[in-house]
Order: sequence, then C-alpha cells, then structure tokens
Amino acid sequence: MLLIKCPWCGERDETEFSYGGEAAIKRPLKPKDLNDKDWADYLFMRKNTRGLFLEQWNHSVGCRQWFLVERNTVTYEIISTKRMNSDALNSEDSQ
Amino acid sequence: MQTNRLNQGGFIDRHKTLRFTFNGQSYFGYQGDTLASALVANDIKIVGRSFKYHRPRGIIGSGAEEPNAIFQIGSGATTEAGMRATQIELYDGLVAKSEKGWPSLSFDIAIINDWFSKLFGAGFYYKTFMYPAKFWKIYEYFLRRMAGLGRAPKQPDPDHYSHQNIHCDILIVGAGPAGLIAGVSAGKSGAKVIIADDQAMFGGSLLASKEIIGGQSSEEWIASQVEILKTLPNVTCLPRSTVFGYYDYNFLTINERCTNHLSEFTAGKIRQKLWRVRAKRVVLAQGAFERPLVFPNNDRPGIMLASAVSNYIHRYGVIPGKNAVLFTNNDSAYQAAIDIKTAGAQSVLIVDSRSEQPSDMVDAAKKCGVELQFDAVIRNVIGNKSIKAVQISAYDASDNTCKDKAEKRDCDLLIYSGGWSPAVHLHSQSGGKNKWDNERHCFVPGKPSQASSSIGSCNGTWILEDCLKEGITCAQEMVTNLGFKAVDMKLPSSKKTKINPMMPLWQVIAKDSSENLPKQFVDYQNDTTVSDIYLAVREGYTGIEHVKRYTALGFGTDQGKLGNINGMAILGQALKKPIEQIGTTTFRPAYTPVTFGVVAGEDIDEMFEPTRKTAIHDFHADRKAPFEIVGQWLRPWYFPEDNEDMLSAVSRECIAARSSLGIMDASTLGKIDVCGKDAVSFLEKIYTHDVAKMAIGQCAYGIMLGEDGMIKDDGVMARLGENHFYLTTTTGGAANVMSWLEQWLQTEWPHLDVYMTSLTDHLSTIALVGPNSRRVLQTLVNTDLSAEFFPFMRTCKSEIAGIAIDLYRVSFSGELAFEVNVNSNFALHLWNLLMKAGKDFGITPYGTETMHVLRAEKGFIIVGQDTDGSVNPLDAGLGWLISKEKDFLGKRSLERADSLRKDRKQLVGLLSVDNKSVIPEGAQLIEKKATSGPTPMYGHVSSSYYSPILGHPIALALVQSGRNRYGEKLLAVSSDAKAIEVSITKPIFYDLKGEQQRVE
Ligand SMILES: [Zn+2]
Repeated sequence: MLLIKCPWCGERDETEFSYGGEAAIKRPLKPKDLNDKDWADYLFMRKNTRGLFLEQWNHSVGCRQWFLVERNTVTYEIISTKRMNSDALNSEDSQ
Repeated sequence: MQTNRLNQGGFIDRHKTLRFTFNGQSYFGYQGDTLASALVANDIKIVGRSFKYHRPRGIIGSGAEEPNAIFQIGSGATTEAGMRATQIELYDGLVAKSEKGWPSLSFDIAIINDWFSKLFGAGFYYKTFMYPAKFWKIYEYFLRRMAGLGRAPKQPDPDHYSHQNIHCDILIVGAGPAGLIAGVSAGKSGAKVIIADDQAMFGGSLLASKEIIGGQSSEEWIASQVEILKTLPNVTCLPRSTVFGYYDYNFLTINERCTNHLSEFTAGKIRQKLWRVRAKRVVLAQGAFERPLVFPNNDRPGIMLASAVSNYIHRYGVIPGKNAVLFTNNDSAYQAAIDIKTAGAQSVLIVDSRSEQPSDMVDAAKKCGVELQFDAVIRNVIGNKSIKAVQISAYDASDNTCKDKAEKRDCDLLIYSGGWSPAVHLHSQSGGKNKWDNERHCFVPGKPSQASSSIGSCNGTWILEDCLKEGITCAQEMVTNLGFKAVDMKLPSSKKTKINPMMPLWQVIAKDSSENLPKQFVDYQNDTTVSDIYLAVREGYTGIEHVKRYTALGFGTDQGKLGNINGMAILGQALKKPIEQIGTTTFRPAYTPVTFGVVAGEDIDEMFEPTRKTAIHDFHADRKAPFEIVGQWLRPWYFPEDNEDMLSAVSRECIAARSSLGIMDASTLGKIDVCGKDAVSFLEKIYTHDVAKMAIGQCAYGIMLGEDGMIKDDGVMARLGENHFYLTTTTGGAANVMSWLEQWLQTEWPHLDVYMTSLTDHLSTIALVGPNSRRVLQTLVNTDLSAEFFPFMRTCKSEIAGIAIDLYRVSFSGELAFEVNVNSNFALHLWNLLMKAGKDFGITPYGTETMHVLRAEKGFIIVGQDTDGSVNPLDAGLGWLISKEKDFLGKRSLERADSLRKDRKQLVGLLSVDNKSVIPEGAQLIEKKATSGPTPMYGHVSSSYYSPILGHPIALALVQSGRNRYGEKLLAVSSDAKAIEVSITKPIFYDLKGEQQRVE
C-alpha cells in the first residue's frame, strides 16, 4: 500500500486517497472552436506512461484537497507531491 | 493408542490429555501437540486423498509446507476449511475431517482415476469435460464432490475479528535463531521492534534440535532470549502470527490467531487479528523449506521430510516409524536419521546418492548405529495405503541414472530430503528478485527493492553460527541507520559442523525404462507428476509460467512451497537448459491462506455500510412503512393503512396528493450551499441553463452534464443572494456531485473564489403537495404565500412556531407544492405540526412509490433510472434547458457527430394498448411483426407504474428516434412476462399544460 504525502496533511495510507488520473490536462478555453477530433483527444485520450508520470490525487477521506503526484508507474515510487495552485496549472479565467 | 508416542521429550504436557476426532473416530493427544503430531502419535497413516488421482496420502511435513493433511475443522457456523494439520494446535474437543476422500478415506471411488490415469495427464481440465457442453452440470457435480476443496459455513460467522494499525522501526519476520538474536540486538538499542512468528513458540528450527549455544541447550537459549525480549518495553512479540503480505512502502500484514488454539467456540473474544504494519525496516528471517526428492511412488503414506521427523521427535515426543530408510542428497538430513535412531528406532538405513566422503555427520550416524549406503537411490516404493518396503538401486552420477537392478528393503517410514529452499516468498512479494545459486542449489534473495534484509536460512545461510552472526550484524546496521546506538553483542558459540556439499538430484531416472516408471510426484497438492511436465514440453509449453498453468504446478493453497523448485529443475532437464534460465516464479500474498473473517475485521454489517435515517424516521417507522434503501438512506416506500396492500396504499396516497394534500419526507435530497464572489461564473460552467440571469429568490430546475455531454445529475437550484446559491442533487448522487464540483474547482478553476458546504444532513426537507397545500401552510406562516407574492419557482425565508425555515415553491409532482427546509433537529417537530395543521384536509403522508408515480405521470425523469450515462439532454427532451450563449461542461460534446445522430434513443411515453397491463421495467421494445435474423431492439422501458388518477398503466421508455414515432405500436418483451403491445406517446400523461403547479 502506497504511503502518500498529502501536501496539506502529511503522510497517509493510500486508502485515504482517490486517484484522478493524468494531471495537467487543460480544459480548452473555447471548446466550440475545436473540431471533433481535437475535442475527443481532450475528452478521451490519456497517456499510459511507463516510468515517471504526473498525476492527480484527492485526499478524499481526509482534507478533500486535490494535489499533484509525480510517481514512477513501474516501481510505484512517489517522487514528489505538491499542492495544486493556479501558478502550477498556468490557468486563466475563461470569462 | 498413541503407539508412536515417546515416553519423554518434546514440548508437550503428558498430564494434559486432549480428546479429538478425525473423520468421526476419537483419538487422544497432549497439550502442546499439533493436530498433525497427534495423528502421527496415533499412527494415522492416511490423512487425505490426492486431488486428481485420489491416491491415499499421509503427512509429509510439520509446518506451512504440508500439502496433504488439509482438513475441515469444526462444524456449523465456526467451521474452517483448508486448514493444515501441521499448523493447528490441538485443543480438547477438536473435530477434524479430511477434505478429500469420497465416500471414505480408505475406499475412495475416484481411485479409478489413478487406474485410468493416462486420461488425466497435464491439461486434463482443458481437454476433458469440455464436450458436450450440456453435460457440464453433470461433470461439475462429480468434479466438485471428488475434488473436495472444503466447505464454507452456511451460517454467518459468529466470531469477532479485529484490525490494528501499528508503526515500528524494525519488523522481524520469524523468531528462529537469526530472527531471535536480531530481535534482542535491535531491541536492546531502544528501537521499536515487532517480532512475529507463525508458531506458538519462538525458536524456529532450534525447537527441533539439540544444539549447544553459548554453553546453553537450545531450549535454554531460546528461553533466555525470549525473556530478554519480554522485558524490553519497546519490543512487541507476536507468536501464532503469520506475516502473509509484504506490500509497497514497507507495509506488511500479519494474521495473528488469538484463540484458534483454545477452542472452536470462543465467541466474545477476538478470534483473529489483522496487524497492518508500516515498518521503517524489515528483517526477513523466515527460514527455509526442505525439498522432497522425486522418485517413483514418492507420495505413499509413510514418507516424510527429514526436518519433519526431527520436529516430531524433539518437539512433540513422537516417533513416526520403527524401521526407517532415509533417502538424501545432502548432509543435513543425517540429523533425522540420528534423531530417530537415538529415539529408539529399530533400524535406520541412509541411502545417499553421493559417494562416501569423510564428514562429521557420517561419523555421527555411524556412531549411533545407522547403516549407510552410498551411490544409491530409491527406485520405487512398495505399499499403497502405507509404505511396506523400498527398492534401492545403484546410482550412476556420470549420467544421472540408476540401474534397473534393485534390492528390496522393508521399512515403515521413508524419510527424504532433497536439500533446502530458502523461504524467499516475502522478499519476492516486496518486489525483490531471487537469483539461482549454483553452489547451494537454491534460489536466494537478490537485492532488496525495499528497506529490508534477509538473514539466516531464508538467505541461504545454513550454518547456525553464520545465522546468528547475520542476525546481530543486520540488526546493528539497521538500528545505526535509524539513529539508535547499536549495543555490543557477543556472538554465542555453537558447534562447527563440517558438512559436505549436496548433490543436485532433481529426479530419479532409470537407465533404460524411464517411460514405464510409476508416477513421480512433483506437486502433491495438485498431483503434478514428472511426466506431466514432460508432456507440457512435448505439447509446446516452454515458459515456466505457462507450464505452471498447464500442469497446475504450484497452484495449490501451499503455492508450491515443496514442489516449485523441483518442478523448475525438471522443466530445465526437459528443455536441456540450466535452471537459472528457466526463471523464477513470483510469489504473491497470501503466504499462507488467510480467513475472510480477519480480512473483513470489524468492517461487517452496519460497520461495512452505514444506514442513514432521516430526522423524521421515527414517524415512518411508527406508521409501519416498509423502507426502501436509496444511497444508504432508508426511505419510506409507502404508508399502508389497515392491512392495505401496496397498490391500494399507493393509489390512496396518489389521489390524496392530487385532490387535496400529501406530505413527503424529501430530506435525503443532496443539498449544497455555494457562495463566494465567483459563485455565478462557477455555476455557469456547471449547469446548462443561464445561472447569471436568475433573480435573487428565484429557483430553477438545473441539469449538469459530464464533459461527454451525458446527463450527470439534476435538481432544483436557487439563488439566495448575489453570490449565494443553494443546490439540490439526487439522493444517490449527493456525494458524487459534491466531489465532482470540488474537482473542477480545485483542478481546473482554482482561481475562482467559491466555497461549498454540504447541507444534506444539516437540513431536512418536507414537501407539502396538493391543491390544499397553500391553504394549510398559510395557517402556520406569516409570509404571504399568494401567487402574487410567492409565485411558482421562488424561495423565501420564513418561520413556523418560532422555527426558522426556508420555503421553496417547487414541485416534483406537478401539483401546487411547497418544500420546507428546516434544521434537522426541528424536523420531526415541524413534521408533526404540519400533520396536525393538515388534519382537516386529510393530509396523507406518502413514500417513494407515490413520488415516482406522480413524477412519471408528469414525465419528470429520475437520473439513473430514466437515464444511464448514455442519455444527453436532447435525448431526454430537455433541450429547453440548454443555454445558447455560454459554454458549460459537456456543451461541446452535444455537437459531436454521435450526439447529432437522428436515431438516438429518446425519452417517450408508453401506453398499454389493452389499457390494463403494467409493462415490466427493463422490457425491450421490438417490432410487432416477426423479422428474420436477430430481432432489432428499439429501446427499453425505464419507468412503469399504474396511474391511479388516470386509471390505467403508464410508462417511460428510451426508444430509437422515439419522438418521430408517436402513435406507433411496438411489443414490450421481458423474460418474465408475456409480450405487451404498447403505443408510443409523448412522455407526459397528466395535466399536459402544467397548469396545476403554477396555479394562481
Ligand atoms: Zn490532506
């Protein structure tokens, strides 16, 4: 069982967390400008990386915060975890 | 009669006699026995029948490796299947049964499998019993009875199991010499240590030996070490505790058997405990398993591993035979010959495949009167139900074969040893690889992949002194590494025995007639023979993982603890490859089988899934409403009066709500409070309708979609203030919707200033429904409820009898209706006030069934019933909710080619043509005319009820191009009813213009 360091609470058992898949998939700012293929890429296509992988996890039965985890998908080693902040995601308001 | 019991010796109490039964027969043993040692003491030879050929089998081992003595223990609710007799401590009244053997052990009808065994070779499950398919039921009946894999109890388990989480600096697995001294060494430094061993007593292999350690007998030495451990407050000793799983990040699981050794019946106490350990370091000191030798008929009852013989003699005071032959390829087995001769055996002959070389063991054996024969092997075993004699042949090491000429030797016990296999299971589970060692002829642990170390014989270290040294060194390194000060430990002296190297002997091959030799068993539990492995190779299987699956090698509950290495080596011979090229098998948890009870622990019944009750629950229970479970909530289904059946009750409730006044507990609705200065822009992205345009105090029916455009959830939402909203979700969707909103907010729009709070349990919701709802409610509140001041789809704050409430004029029934939100602490009181106020109008509580009928009459969908994750808002006829202007989650998907298909399934209504048949929910809709080929299915019925107000059945369905087919007739078919002719209509049946809910 993984030991995951929530950036808010510290180390906790894997059972406290839920997995959110590949991180940093940016929702297109103007979906209507995308053709069907590009929209489908955003919607369905996910990397299946062997090795270092940036993914998102949720401390779902703890503080309920989403955060970023860099993990080796072969050895399951967690390299780092960090808070999900607007800078890291390079986000902007779509309004 | 305990004919094989010695007068002295062993860790048993001869004054405490215990009675037990085996297959209905009564026997006696002593306190301190295992079930296996008691059976051996009573000279029980046959303990089971083999899996495939149903050959009689006896006890081979004395620990976790035992493949034959696998029993059903106890009966009734507390019975346990698949228990190894070698690991069951005897208690008074123990009841054991063989799992295999039908109709009885001594005459097993399936022995014919042995006589016709040509038919039952490797892959026989794949090849046999396949055709004809309709015979499978018959095959299965016999296979199940014959295979005899034990029975699960039919009753619930009355015992208690518990889980405990624990952190430690060092977890030591195994309390043999290496583990014990490592524990003392680490414990003295102050590190927090757990030391676990699967046996009742610490000491491991020393319990079965007469070594002198540091001037003490092994027994005294063990006692002194255990004494030290017990005085250290930082050390936890766990006997009877099997470390069965080694997972990521040094997480290990231990199954402690707390009361199994006391009785079958220990209700009220914790029977077993699951320790969940997070260890900074792990010491693996589990020891090694002795390997059998592979030769013809090597499975006959009366054949036993050398280490087991020593164990039975020294630990239990039991001598397993009087005239013994010992077949070995190594020195360590000599000890068993010496032990049994010293214990009083009349004759002992060692048959050693090696040539004679000077060795301490040879000298010791000769000294106590053991006969020796070198350059020889056992060629065959005589005796079916118990061993009578063996055939001994000369062995030619130059070509690994034995001569055909054999000499017969009578015996009642054949002891054998093919060397040792380190117990690398946990190392392998932890992710470490194992490597073949060509000097020691075994797999030894490779580099650890986690913070662990293997020491002692599980590291391939055989000499006692070296094991002790490894234990001290390993512990000292670990504690230093963890920041403790290592304590100086003196290596206790022990006898240095000079031993000769073993000779790899994987299989006895006859010089000329290898084809005709009797069966040579590799895996006892699955009846895998040498010829099965050769057959697998002939049929094209070359990889060990494939051969394992084809021959079932290593697939028993013992996971091949005895057979795997021999099997791999024999495969190597068949393929003419060295064993290191055959590969190694991966071991997986559990090391030995674990009960479901201990895995579940306390997480059973209500602790597994909680039951949620609304604040008004007592009212429903008093009225004897049957409950329906919806998303863990107990919701009243209907409220029967005077023995009414469900249809009568629901009809009465529906008519009351439509004609006067109904009341419903809607508290289970998901409720989310949303505020913050960006609440509007956030909700604009979530809902399909224009949230920004909503006035303060306005309510709206809203749906949210997944990014795939499919309906995710729905509910009324209200704008309470400029930046303040109240959302409701479906009962079952409450938690998911909250998580969904949080995920978007945190991962995609973290810059938005939005705060969400779940109010689901905090607030209770009471719906007052019907034409008289306003009149009754008005008697209780000062707020003007007239349509002018409080029109349809509005909310306001108010008060009833001093209790603050929120009023919503919304309707899920199509009637004039109000929902009252109130702090749950006041909900029951408020409900009773409303019941009283509505008495003159025949106020009628109703449950979920009436709610469903009322909403279906209006064509209001239930997400998850009328939608299934493939239904978008256009399909559901909710296109009017979709904002043209803004973007929202899932909007782009509504323009995908697939979303625009003309033949998508759409929500429609259905009426039975006969006007009286209620169509089964889930029924498929097909063409009336028979078609050739597969029948096209146009859709299915999602909701179906009898409508009391209309006097006929109604249904909702999803039908291909449904909205273009109004008036068409189809057949509704389901497996449990006859076909019903239906006609397609609009999905609304009552008050088509929607006037009643908007009534002035
Ligand atoms: Zn946290």
